Amino acid sequence: MDQFLQHCLNAVMLGGTYALLGIGLTLIFGIMKVVNFTHGELYAFGAYMMYMLVMRTGMDFFAALVLAIVLGVILGALLELVLLRKLRGADIDTTMLVMIGAWIALQNTEQLAWTGVAVSINNPFPAAPLVIGPVSVAWNRVFVFFTAIVLIFATYALINHTKLGRAMRATFQDSDTAALMGVRIGNVNTATFAIGSGLAAAAGALLGPVFVAYPSMGDLAAEKAFAIVILGGLGSIPGATIGGFILAFVEELGAGYISSGYRDAMGFLLIIVILLFRPTGLFARKERIG
Amino acid sequence: MKIRGLYSILAALAFAAPALAQEPIKIGVTQPLTGAFAASGNYVAQGAKMAEEAINASGGVLGRKIELVIEDNKSNPTEAVATAEKLISKDKVPVLMGAWSSTLTLAIMPKLMEYEVPMLVETSSSGKITTSGNPYIFRISPTSEMEAKAFAGMVKRFGIKKADFLATNNDFGLGASQEFSQMLKGQGVQVGTIETMDPKATDFSAQLAKIKASGGDTLFVTTAVEQITLILKQAKEQQLKARIITTGGSNSPDQLIQQAGEAANGSYHLVFFTPWFPEAVKNADIAKKFVADWKARNYNVGGLTEGFRGWDGIHTIVEGIRVAGKAEPKAITQALWKVKVKGINGDIHFIKQGPAGKESAQNVPSVYVVRIDNGKVVKN
Repeated sequence: MDQFLQHCLNAVMLGGTYALLGIGLTLIFGIMKVVNFTHGELYAFGAYMMYMLVMRTGMDFFAALVLAIVLGVILGALLELVLLRKLRGADIDTTMLVMIGAWIALQNTEQLAWTGVAVSINNPFPAAPLVIGPVSVAWNRVFVFFTAIVLIFATYALINHTKLGRAMRATFQDSDTAALMGVRIGNVNTATFAIGSGLAAAAGALLGPVFVAYPSMGDLAAEKAFAIVILGGLGSIPGATIGGFILAFVEELGAGYISSGYRDAMGFLLIIVILLFRPTGLFARKERIG
Repeated sequence: MKIRGLYSILAALAFAAPALAQEPIKIGVTQPLTGAFAASGNYVAQGAKMAEEAINASGGVLGRKIELVIEDNKSNPTEAVATAEKLISKDKVPVLMGAWSSTLTLAIMPKLMEYEVPMLVETSSSGKITTSGNPYIFRISPTSEMEAKAFAGMVKRFGIKKADFLATNNDFGLGASQEFSQMLKGQGVQVGTIETMDPKATDFSAQLAKIKASGGDTLFVTTAVEQITLILKQAKEQQLKARIITTGGSNSPDQLIQQAGEAANGSYHLVFFTPWFPEAVKNADIAKKFVADWKARNYNVGGLTEGFRGWDGIHTIVEGIRVAGKAEPKAITQALWKVKVKGINGDIHFIKQGPAGKESAQNVPSVYVVRIDNGKVVKN
């Protein structure tokens, strides 16, 4: 029983960050129809920015966290302006290849800048874990979880209750019609990519201090993000949020009670099963065609 | 008088010219310089380059200089095969050193059979490498079985009653947990749960919760330093009481102290070189000089336990070339069987392993156990 409770607690903590990774990616795919292979690198970028700010310049942890996210937003906006803006309307294959190229270039730049040796980032939380009866969890992870939840709700509010959000939703439904109605699709795209990238950087900035930062850290994160997005349905924020938690629970309990060797395969098995019954994912609305 | 002096210099130059013009002997090195194992691969490459410089400064081998051709196998088996192919067929190297991870080495092995070129294996520890009948393999690092045997004598002293395992899900991790669990069972130790993890994974909460529930007094961990760092931290978060012992020698205790901090205290590590007390190893003079050189170059001290492999590997290869008398794959393959090299790990020479008639060569290296205590590495 103790073991089961610990697994559940771990899954909840993990799910928060999975959800954060997922919503960034689902936004970009849903609205821009871009398969964003740089998502994992933005995650790594967030972690490395925390390293630079906290460990190198000695900035306050919480200020560094905010700044790292802002820098992620800026990098995302730059990527969109430099690479994707010119490709609007281009073949999905072309865009995909460009994004794969950007992914490789970014990862190698990280390696060049910070070498392959993993770096650790200090955090201001107590080293002793929070003990609740038979289970325990690091304070750092508790902070990560609640910050992730706040960011998820903030994104949800932005999409549903702001003018920019309305423009984004319109573009998602039908970009041509939205353009005819006076929505500036170019700006919506830049904003979307910047917000999505900022969320990835936020996940990296939050998890960097929990784990360590290293150049290839984004690969596994991106894999999970893709899984979550497909699970929840492309373009659906509640889908990505719930998908993140489902993936975390399946991984935790699968590893705990079936086999830890298949921990990372569990999520993908689940996706296959869900797609068999719901080909568009759990929560996606049908796309309007025509 | 002056003119005659000039003539003699010119004459000397004329005679020296053929020797200078001789091409250096190329040695192929394939290491993971990028990707998951980038840190370790770069350290091995640094150690190898230090060996290259030292050997060339003392006149090279067979009157020629040596030249390392270092390729990045990107921590990826497919890329590893491509680097071996490139080094052998394009650069025409007569001998290789590589490829750090067992999985990468195993991927390259069929190519060695195909081209009949020998490879010195400096790090990999999976048993399969020397038992699959590949006569072009010369391994200086210990197998997991050798490590387990070396540790067998210490089981009583540690007072291990029940052991659990956490290993990376590849040839290295699975091989080690098998060898160690067998050895422990032979000593009457109860083996609890054997957990595995993806080599790229960063979160081990599920595995650790299961290990905690299993309740062994000792947890054997086999993976590279990046994951060990995270396991030490997360074990502390989950209040795991078991003593942690890491195997495989890619555990860089210095890096653990730096990155896992307090969580590293009390952990034990099997290593093949003890740069913290170089006087304790067999060839202390060589080890001391290597450590001093490494530090003089401002290389990361955490990399010493990897870097020495590159140094020992290149020295063994060059000794093989010297004994062979020529830089050809076949001659070097035969000569390597006869070498006796004073290395940093100890005296290197090869014994036969694997099926009769196509044995691989295996060195019997020294294995040490160290402990991290109050942020310092101490002798156990």
